[in-house]
Amino acid sequence: MNEQSTVSLAAPGTQPEYHFPAYVSSISRSPRMPLVLLPETPSERTGPVFGHGLIGERDNDLTAQHAGDPIGERILVQGRVLDEDGRPVRGALVEVWQANAAGRYRHKVDVHDAPLDPNFTGAGRMLTDEHGRYWFKTIKPGPYPWGNHYNAWRPAHIHFSLFGAGVLSRLVTQMYFPGDPLQPLDPIFNSIADAAARQRLVSRLDMDRSQPDFMLAYSWDVVLRGRYDTPFEETGR
Amino acid sequence: MSANPVSTTAGSQTVGPFFRIGLEYLIEQAPALRLDSPGVIGIRGRVLDGNGRPVPDAMLEFWNPAAEMRCGSVAEPVGFPAGFRRAATNEEGRFSVVMQRPAKAGFDRRQAPHLLVLVFARGLLRHLMTRMYLGDEADNGNDPVVTGIPAERRATLIARPDADSPGLYVWDVILQGTAETVFFAW
Repeated sequence: MNEQSTVSLAAPGTQPEYHFPAYVSSISRSPRMPLVLLPETPSERTGPVFGHGLIGERDNDLTAQHAGDPIGERILVQGRVLDEDGRPVRGALVEVWQANAAGRYRHKVDVHDAPLDPNFTGAGRMLTDEHGRYWFKTIKPGPYPWGNHYNAWRPAHIHFSLFGAGVLSRLVTQMYFPGDPLQPLDPIFNSIADAAARQRLVSRLDMDRSQPDFMLAYSWDVVLRGRYDTPFEETGR
Repeated sequence: MSANPVSTTAGSQTVGPFFRIGLEYLIEQAPALRLDSPGVIGIRGRVLDGNGRPVPDAMLEFWNPAAEMRCGSVAEPVGFPAGFRRAATNEEGRFSVVMQRPAKAGFDRRQAPHLLVLVFARGLLRHLMTRMYLGDEADNGNDPVVTGIPAERRATLIARPDADSPGLYVWDVILQGTAETVFFAW
C-alpha cells in the first residue's frame, strides 16, 4: 500500500500524550484505545492548497486592524517554517491568535476580568514566502488565569496553526516567550516531557531584527512533519 | 520500507477554547455549494466526550484527498481551497459542513472514497486524525484501511445517509469510551 514514508515518528517525549491528567480537560476528551498505526497511502500525501485570496492586507499586522493603536508592547514575531530535512516550506498557511496585553481574548467565553482593547482583535494569518519565512507585527500578549487548578495562570503565548505540504504536516501549537516564570508551572507547556522539545516552543529575543526606538523582535522557527516536495501554488500573484 | 527516522518536529499544543478568533474566517457561514446538486454532500453530527457530553469547542477539518488541486469537479467558493472544509461545534456539540462528495482517487483504486478528518479541541493536546467513509458506497468492505481494523469498530468510520435528505450524511465523533471513534496515526 505504501512506498517510502514521508514523515518520521516523533522521538519519545517530544509530543504530548493525549491523556495528561495535570491538564484536566484532557481526562474526558482523550481516546483510551491506542491509535491505529497505518502505513501511509497516497491520500495522506495530499493536502489543501491555500491561495493569496484568503489573506488580507492587514492580516499580518495585528496592530493595524482598527482605528487606533492597541495598548501594549509592540513586537515583531518572525521565523521560518521548515520540513524535517530543514528545507523551507513555501506558501504554508500560518494562522495566529492571542490574548491582548491585559491577558484577555476577544471571545465570548473568556470571562477574565481584564479589559478588552477596542483596537485589538488578536487574529492574523499569512503565507510563508519563498524562503519559508513568516512575520507579523502584534502586541505582546499578557498571561491570564484559567480554571485548571487553584491559582492557575497561563504563561504568555501566541497560538499558531500551520499547514505544511500534506495533511500529516498539520500542526497546531503555541509559541512562548523567553524568561517567562510561569512556564514551569503550566501543565499545557509541560505536557511535552522532553525539556529540549519544550524549549523549541520558546521564541528568542532577536535584537538584530528589532527596530530601535520602535519595537522588539522575537524569532521562532517551526519544524513540521514531512519531507517531500511541496505542491504549493505559485506565489507572486 | 526502511524504518522511520526520528526527527524533532515542533511539539503540538492544544487549540484551546478561543480558536474561533483566529480560525473562524475559514468556516463557511452559509454554504456556497448546494446540497441538492450532484457531487455535493452535507455532513452533520456531534462531537462527544468520554461521558457522552457534547464538546462545544471542537474544530473539525475535512479533507477530500481526491480533490483536484485547483478546480474540483464542483465549483468552490472563491478563496476556499478545493476539497477542504473547516467546522466548529456549537453549544450542543453539533457541526455541519457542505462539500464535494469524495470520489475514488485515480492514484489509488483500492481505497473506497473517503475524507480525512482532523479533530481539534480544548483538552486535546494533539489533534486526532480519522477517516470518514460514506455508508452508501459499495466498496467500503474492500477498502484496506476499513478492513484493517476490528469489525466491531468499523462503523465509527462510516457516515450514515440521512433517509429524509438526499446527499446528507450523519456522522459523530466520539472522543472516548466504548463507542470511541477509531483514530489513526502515521
